[in-house]
Amino acid sequence: MSRAANLAEPGTGFKSDSHLERVLAGGHFAVTGEIGPPKSWDAEVIRQKASLLKGYVDGANITDNQTAIVRMSSIAAGIIVKQEGLEPVIQMTCRDRNRLAMQSDLLGAAAHGINNVLCLSGDHQSFGNHPGAKNVHDIDSLQLVQMVKGLREGHFQCDEEIKGGGPGYFIGAAANPFAEPLEWRPFRLAKKTAAGADFIQTQLVYDIPRFREYMKKVVELGVHERTAILAGVGPLKSTGMAKYMRDRVPGMSVPQECIERMADAVAGIDEGDKKARAEAWRTEGIQLCIEQIQEIRQIEGVAGVHISAIEWESAIKPLVEGAGLLPRPPMNG
Amino acid sequence: MIVAETKPLEQIRQMLTRHKKVLAVGCGTCVTVCSAGGAKEVGILAASLRMAAKVNSETLEVDEAMVQRQCEVEYLEPLAEKFAGYDAVLSLGCGVGVQSIAQHLPEKSVYPALNTTFMGAPTEQGVWEERCQGCGNCVLHVTGGVCPVTRCAKQLFNGPCGGTEAGHCEVDEAIPCAWQMVWERIGRLGLIDELMELQPAKDWSTSRDGGPRRIVREDLRLPPDDQNYGEDAT
Repeated sequence: MSRAANLAEPGTGFKSDSHLERVLAGGHFAVTGEIGPPKSWDAEVIRQKASLLKGYVDGANITDNQTAIVRMSSIAAGIIVKQEGLEPVIQMTCRDRNRLAMQSDLLGAAAHGINNVLCLSGDHQSFGNHPGAKNVHDIDSLQLVQMVKGLREGHFQCDEEIKGGGPGYFIGAAANPFAEPLEWRPFRLAKKTAAGADFIQTQLVYDIPRFREYMKKVVELGVHERTAILAGVGPLKSTGMAKYMRDRVPGMSVPQECIERMADAVAGIDEGDKKARAEAWRTEGIQLCIEQIQEIRQIEGVAGVHISAIEWESAIKPLVEGAGLLPRPPMNG
Repeated sequence: MIVAETKPLEQIRQMLTRHKKVLAVGCGTCVTVCSAGGAKEVGILAASLRMAAKVNSETLEVDEAMVQRQCEVEYLEPLAEKFAGYDAVLSLGCGVGVQSIAQHLPEKSVYPALNTTFMGAPTEQGVWEERCQGCGNCVLHVTGGVCPVTRCAKQLFNGPCGGTEAGHCEVDEAIPCAWQMVWERIGRLGLIDELMELQPAKDWSTSRDGGPRRIVREDLRLPPDDQNYGEDAT
C-alpha cells in the first residue's frame, strides 16, 4: 500500500497527507488555483499549466468535466500535476458517476498520492457538449462529502471495512454565497461542514459587500472554526466578460463598479487596436483582482483564496505576487 | 396521472408501413384526461392517417376504438373479436397500455402512438408538469411536500445547488427551483431546523435501479386456481 493510502502518521494531528491541510493548519492565508484539463489526451498541456502555478499556489484544483464538457479525467490530470511537484485537488462531481465508480476512483487516486478532493454536484449536462447524456446523481454533494469522510475513517459507503485502512483525503466542498435562497446559504455551508468538509471554496466573489454579509452570518454560526473557507476570486478579462458573468452565469453577482472599471480601462484606446485593449483590460483585471484579494483577506473567517484563472494561468503569478502572498510555504516543509 | 403526448404523425406512419388495416385504440383513463389518447384524439389521429395515406396513394384502413383502461386485461377481453379483424393495433394508451395489449395479443403487431412522458399534474389549461418518479421510497414528509427526486434537476437531497436564479432552476427558466419551494414551504411551517438534518445517501433499490418492480399483496391475492394475471393471462 502506498503512503498516501495511510492516514497521516499518528500523533501529527493531521487528517491527511495534504500539503493544503498543513498550510491551513500552520495559520497561513492559503492560495489555491485551478487547472482545466484539455479536451484531448495531451499531457503537455497539463505540465505547462502546472509550471505556471507551481510555487504560487498551495494546491491546484483539477476540474472534472467542467460545464459538462468532456475533458481529460481530473484524476489522470491530477497525477500529472503531482508528478510536476504541485499539489492537486481533484474535483469530483455527482453527475457522471454512481457511488461504486466514485469510491473506486477515489481509492485509485489515493494510490497515486492524491490527497485532496473537492465534492461537487456538477453542472447540468444540458450546458455541455453531450446534452443527451443520462446523468447519475446517485448521491448529492453533501452525501459525497460524507462518503469521502467515511472512506477516510476506513469504511465504504455500505459500511464494509476497507482492508488496511482508508485513504486520508482532505475534503473540500463548494459554496455559493450569492445564489438564492440567500438566507439559506450560510446554513447550507454549516451543513456541508457538518457532513465533513475540511475546506470550502466559494463561488467567485466580486460583490464584496454581499460576501461580507454572508461571512458575518457564517462567523455567527461558528462555521469558520470548523472548516477553512477559501473565497473564490478571478481576474476579469474584459468588460464583455464582466457583463456576461453578471447577466448569464446563474448565481453570480458582479457589481456595476467592476464593470465600470473594466470599461474605463479601455477608454481612449482605439476600438480597432484589439491588442492594446486586451492588454489594458488584462492589466486592470489583475489590478482589480489584487485589490479584491486584499479586501477579502480582511474579512473575518476567510482562511484563503481560490483563484480561478482558467485559460489564463499566467495571471496567477502577478496576482499572488501583487497581493503580497509570496513566498508560499514550501511543500514537504 | 400519467401524462403523454402524441408521437409525430410521420413516425407513426413509418411504423405502420407493413400494414393495411389498423385499429387505433384510445384509453379512457389518464391519457383521456391529458388529451393525448382519448376518443377525440383517436378520431383526429385516425383521420390524419387516412388522409395522409390517401394523399400518398397508399392503402391504409384505420378504424377507431376505445378501451376504458388499457392496462387491465378484463377491459381488453371484450374486444377480442374486434382485434381479430385487423393486421395491427395502434395504441393511444400509455406505455403500460401498449404493453398490456401486446401481451394480450401475442400474435399481433402493437404500436405506440404516444410518448409516455411522466407522472404529473396539470398546472394550467394545456400545461402539465412532472411531480413523481415512483422512486418507491417517498421523502415528501421531509421536504415540505415538494419532491427533490423529481423536481430538482440534480436530485439533490440536502438543499439547493449554486445555480438557483430568481427562484428558477438553472436548467430552464420555466422550472421553479425545487429547493427554493422547499425552503419557502418549510419556512411557513416553522420547521427550518429540520432542513439542517443531513439526509443520507438514498437507497435506490426501491426505484427502477433495483430492476423492474413488482408489488405482491397476499391479502388481495386469489387462490392459485383463480389467478388470471401475469404471463399466462392471454
